[in-house]
Amino acid sequence: MSAALDVRGLTTRFATRTGHVTAVNNVSFSVEPGRILGLVGESGSGKSVTGFSVLGLIDAPGEIAGGQVLIEGEDMRALTPEAQRRMRGRRVAMVFQDPMMTLNPVLRVGDQMAMAVRVHERVSKSAALARAREALEIVGIPAPAERLKAYPHQLSGGMRQRVAIAIALLHRPSVIIADEPTTALDVSIQGQILAEVRRLADETGTAIVWVSHDLAVVSSLADDICVMYAGRIVESGPAAEVIAAPRHPYTQGLIQSVPSLHEPGRKLPQIPGSTPQLSRLPTGCPFRPRCPRATEVCASDPPDLGTGGRRVLCHHPLETP
Amino acid sequence: MLGFLLQRLIQAMIVIIAMSVIVFLGVYAIGNPIDVLIDPGATAEIRENLIRQYGLDQPLWQQYFTFVGQVLRGDLGTSMVYNIPVTDLVFSRLPATLELVFVSVCIATLVGIPAGLYAGYRPNGIAAKAIMALSVLGFSVPTFWIGMLLIMAFAVGLGWLPSGGRGDTGSLFGIPTSLATADGWSHVIMPAINLSLFKMGLLIRLTRAGMVEAMSTDYVKFARAQGLPDRQIVFSHVLRNISIPIVTVFGLELGSTLAFAVVTESVFNWPGVGKLIIDSILQLDRPVMVSYLVLVVILFVLINLTVDLVYARLDPRVRLKGGAA
Repeated sequence: MSAALDVRGLTTRFATRTGHVTAVNNVSFSVEPGRILGLVGESGSGKSVTGFSVLGLIDAPGEIAGGQVLIEGEDMRALTPEAQRRMRGRRVAMVFQDPMMTLNPVLRVGDQMAMAVRVHERVSKSAALARAREALEIVGIPAPAERLKAYPHQLSGGMRQRVAIAIALLHRPSVIIADEPTTALDVSIQGQILAEVRRLADETGTAIVWVSHDLAVVSSLADDICVMYAGRIVESGPAAEVIAAPRHPYTQGLIQSVPSLHEPGRKLPQIPGSTPQLSRLPTGCPFRPRCPRATEVCASDPPDLGTGGRRVLCHHPLETP
Repeated sequence: MLGFLLQRLIQAMIVIIAMSVIVFLGVYAIGNPIDVLIDPGATAEIRENLIRQYGLDQPLWQQYFTFVGQVLRGDLGTSMVYNIPVTDLVFSRLPATLELVFVSVCIATLVGIPAGLYAGYRPNGIAAKAIMALSVLGFSVPTFWIGMLLIMAFAVGLGWLPSGGRGDTGSLFGIPTSLATADGWSHVIMPAINLSLFKMGLLIRLTRAGMVEAMSTDYVKFARAQGLPDRQIVFSHVLRNISIPIVTVFGLELGSTLAFAVVTESVFNWPGVGKLIIDSILQLDRPVMVSYLVLVVILFVLINLTVDLVYARLDPRVRLKGGAA
């Protein structure tokens, strides 16, 4: 099966006074239809910028400096800006973190949705509203016809996020980038949305890239995981394997710092130090200063080890048990 | 909604009553009009008669209630200088000011908002920087000076436009206005531009600030992620969101322009109410001053009410309630 989204060597950098800062560094991953890829990392690891880069929504002073973004084999980056715009929302859609902010507060839900339908399809307003109502039904919103007339502030946070997901689904895109869509929600609502997203991926065959800092959420939702650190993907592979047997010391640190029910009372280990500033990265492996396994060889660029779907970027990977 | 309107009307009544008292007291404090009006050589008898005729011999509170009584019967009194009813006097001058303000507000809006949107859309471009520099000039250089400069350039130097006065008037919907004739337009355009510059500068800066802020919000990013073209994002999403501060300032500016277009009217010798009020202050024409100022208060109250109603139309989160407003 060919990939719905295939990202190859994507590099995004930002011009600053002290030179270029590379927020996304040679990132490659692919997602097949109906699969969910978890893109995990701390704040500032470049995971959101990766999401925006896939849609081509990087504004100056940022620029996508290299790589390919293939959506069902079609390279976004080779298209004109106008053709890219026609891809957005139709073939590749995005859902944002804070549902309080993503809907326009002064426009009715139905009007916003109708606008999103009609920008890509020449249909009447009433036909567009009918499509919007269907989309709201798909994401499990009760009484969708009434919600269309509501303003965003009249809906709860979870409801708004469902509306945002419904907007992303309007054109049955091949790919949805979900940028921490449950982070701002209550845990109970979060669970509902996660179940909904899993069902949507299975039923519609949409490929989903789930960007999150929450390893616990990603491990329960995603089929595959990519772990990002300082703009690079340091480890990737099937979710179950990566969680059960991490090979990069950073991934191991992340997993160990998630509280577990199996060992109550255990003191949670944490990764020493903090996320590095992208403008002052050490040479070689960027995780080197915080890594318990680091040696002198880590000052040179780490090799891309591993085979097939399981990769790790490290001089001293942990051995698989 | 009805409760809101009722509450606003009561508030307006209180403001108008308070204002009329303050204006009445203030005007009576600044001087005795009889000294200005009559020949210093007139006999004491003529003087006494005149004072009695205007009711100036009565105590102040009694004069006030006489005035209020007349106003309630629709009579604003008679001008001491022109010796014609104040209502006729003000309404003969009002169309001139209204047309001047109308044209200038149109210019300010039609130039200011698009210029501000553009400057906010491409904030680092050369055009945006030029627009911002001009906007600073617009509200920091004194109006009268720009007015004189315009006269120097277009009336004296180039001879394209008349230097002042109102020009021919035609009738539009039964109101005499210079906007109905070409000659009238040639007279109105220069003072209108002069009057619009301050508001234009203000609108440019407000619109730009709102635009810059809005362009970095999530709802704009989300709209872009839906594939909406920038033009549609600006006009369907952003403009509506940033219109609240714009409407506020627009309303305030409309009121103050109507009431105090006096500088421009003086420079261009425009026969509007601004000139009328300045003349009547100089001549201590009390009935004109009092009536005019009360009229201005009513004007402001009406404009603010309209602005409140527009808010509710623009922003669904604003609810018009009878409670605290």
